[in-house]
Amino acid sequence: MEWMYMYMPIAGIDIFWPGLLLIGFSVGVIGGFFGMGGAWMVTPGLNILGFPMAFAIGTDIAHIAGKSMVSTFRHSKFGNVDYKLGITMVVGTVVGIECGAQIVMWLESIGRIGPVVRWVYVGVLALIALMVFSDYYKATRKKKAGIVDEHGAVGFTWYKTLHKIKIPPMMHFHQAGIYCSAWLPIFVSFVTGVLAGFLGIGGGLLRMPALVYLIGCPTHIAVGTDLFEVMISGLYGTFTYGVKGRIEIWAVFVMLFGAAIGAQIGTVATKYAKGYGIRIAFGLAVVACMASIIMKQFKFDAAATVTILGAVGAICVYICGIMFKGASNELREKKAADKLAA
Amino acid sequence: MIRFRYLLMLLCGGACLLLPDVVMAAGGKATALIVVSDPRATDSNIAKWWIDYYNTDPFMFGVWCTILTGFLGVSLGFITDRLMRHTGLDLTKRTIVEH
Repeated sequence: MEWMYMYMPIAGIDIFWPGLLLIGFSVGVIGGFFGMGGAWMVTPGLNILGFPMAFAIGTDIAHIAGKSMVSTFRHSKFGNVDYKLGITMVVGTVVGIECGAQIVMWLESIGRIGPVVRWVYVGVLALIALMVFSDYYKATRKKKAGIVDEHGAVGFTWYKTLHKIKIPPMMHFHQAGIYCSAWLPIFVSFVTGVLAGFLGIGGGLLRMPALVYLIGCPTHIAVGTDLFEVMISGLYGTFTYGVKGRIEIWAVFVMLFGAAIGAQIGTVATKYAKGYGIRIAFGLAVVACMASIIMKQFKFDAAATVTILGAVGAICVYICGIMFKGASNELREKKAADKLAA
Repeated sequence: MIRFRYLLMLLCGGACLLLPDVVMAAGGKATALIVVSDPRATDSNIAKWWIDYYNTDPFMFGVWCTILTGFLGVSLGFITDRLMRHTGLDLTKRTIVEH
């Protein structure tokens, strides 16, 4: 079984490469479907395979950058990426993350960093999950009552109130179909950036719901635009972690092969999923992430890892199911139409 | 509007300068590694060359990591896109239905 292990020249360890391929594939599927990097899933997985934590984080970031390119490429062809909105949001995200990092440094100086960050993380995730599920409940009630707009029934429409703020310059984001003050996406990305910097995460987990609920992006475009941002920050992350010698590029290559296939499946699956299907699965992923953090806080490390990897596996199977079912239906319909035409 | 676009581009450029710090904030502060990798542990010439880069020039190591990741991401995106076209699925259109 020696051939199943690959020597990592920088870390100086042998790694089970099919495991890398599998992690890459799963995160590719999930990231392409939800529009996030998925560092919270990859880092524990790499750690289990035997990577020291320092290498796990750097390798994870490089893999996320490559994987997001594949997903953005595919989403872009579907018309799911609003580049103008993405670039506008980069400004707020960057400044916000820097501010979040400063708050972390201040907390570090007063010696209260660990528990504060973890519990704020749990609180934010709980809020996101609550928002997603109550939004679904409200949308279902609206649908039953027959209140439906051009894209179907929608629950929370906070963005409509926010769009009434007319502080110049006003911008038209054509792909997302939004006309609002430029300060709205900048401010929203700043807030999500502060939280991301404070919590020490990439931010896709926060940005995706913010794009939907506060800016008013249709879910599919929120996913594509978020991936575009993840791609930009991932490439810079690759550079900085590379300079610090924290990247095992051999592992990145193997993971990317799995991720490239996974990202295609995850991205194409969004074609067959309704916006609320994506949101609900996203809410469940957030709940799994929250549960694992709570377990970690109480030192149940093994249970936390099992929860994360179990959730990753289940969500991955669910998304693959959507993709293959949708694709086979489409091909069947196409075949029937061809037969009819002949 | 045009002035705003210039201002936005300027801000983006300036913001990029902050990105290294940003990414560090996102993944935990990384201090310079003092670990030196051992090229004698492998027989592969490519691995030896890569280890030498890592040991002698961290900046270029970072640059190569970024270039290789970007190159592989774009190449795999292109190849898998070609493969997906052979499935016969319509990969250019989708309808947005929220519920």
